Amino acid sequence: MSGHSPHEIKASVRRYLLVFGALIVGTAVTVGAYYIDIPSVAMTVALAMLIASVKAFLVAGYFMHLMSERKMIYGILGSTAFFFSVLMYLTVWAHGQAPPGTVYLGASIAAAQHAPAAHPPASH
Amino acid sequence: MEIPYVVQPRPDTGLYNAKLGIWLFLASEVMLFGALFSSYILLRIGAAPGAWPHGLLNIPIGTVNTLVLITSSITVVMAWASLKLNQFNRFKMFQGITLVCAMLFVCIKSYEYYDKFTHYEVIMTDGMVADGHLVEKSDTHITLKHVAVFHEGEGTAGDHHGEHREEMRIEAAQIRKMENYGPWHNTYLAIYFTLTALHALHVIGGAAVIAYLWGPGSRMWKTDPERFTNRIEISGLFWHFVDLVWIFLFPVLYLL
Repeated sequence: MSGHSPHEIKASVRRYLLVFGALIVGTAVTVGAYYIDIPSVAMTVALAMLIASVKAFLVAGYFMHLMSERKMIYGILGSTAFFFSVLMYLTVWAHGQAPPGTVYLGASIAAAQHAPAAHPPASH
Repeated sequence: MEIPYVVQPRPDTGLYNAKLGIWLFLASEVMLFGALFSSYILLRIGAAPGAWPHGLLNIPIGTVNTLVLITSSITVVMAWASLKLNQFNRFKMFQGITLVCAMLFVCIKSYEYYDKFTHYEVIMTDGMVADGHLVEKSDTHITLKHVAVFHEGEGTAGDHHGEHREEMRIEAAQIRKMENYGPWHNTYLAIYFTLTALHALHVIGGAAVIAYLWGPGSRMWKTDPERFTNRIEISGLFWHFVDLVWIFLFPVLYLL
């Protein structure tokens, strides 16, 4: 953090309280969105990740003072973000690299679940 | 020999030693959790359609834990600001609240774990499944409460729509397979326990450091207040990182 005078700290405290309020609202919106019936799974995931990213930005930017940090720290975090992105990309890329004809065990289980029941339900 | 830049920032980087150290450490932590998040993604997109469990976790409890962690995050930064304003008593109060929040978080998480370890899926010899919480176990029988009874292969765990009973006694001879909702139950619970247990260890580790600086470590305030304030900043950065991880864990594990 660049400024540490009492006046600047007091101004920061007001910002912290605003960020705290925003984080509470963000949590409420995240949970509220769960109970809304969003038809698309992709949309649900995108919305949840968007809200989480905004909350993460607020925590990192204001509570961790990244909004006004030194270049060295930005450099460290920039390289971390790069390798993190590569890691995530490799994961998704690897999923599409399965040899032709590969069948996930889960798929066969799901197929069996949709088949007619082998045993009739017991009477109660 | 005196170690340089323990308190004052190094002129070229503008950082004191501990601050550079904690950010390098946090960068490695991002990759650690990143590897586990990528495992989650691979398991999730690799699961057969409809096979990924939903509704296994208690959302209100998870929400309360999120609010507890967010509260602890602001008290940490307020504690640091209090020291900057030379208000040591306020620092003590805010860090005290942080410690209470940390303990509350761990207690709630422990309750959630206990709930999973006493939650059983019992497959019976007639092909029926009883899913509920174990209240009694003996050589001859078991008793479950809040039981959902459905046919084997009907839906997935957590969202089946079978018959519901308050309590159910099952004779040992009727049981074909019985397993609790531990990490061995399915891949979802495996990654859930791995991620949340690692996160909980971070909470415990962070709380231990904060507790030390709140208690015996706070004597440094009298001898070297600037260095003590830096220590609070460093422990706070770690605590905020723990909060950051939870901000992503909560929707990923509880809501999606």
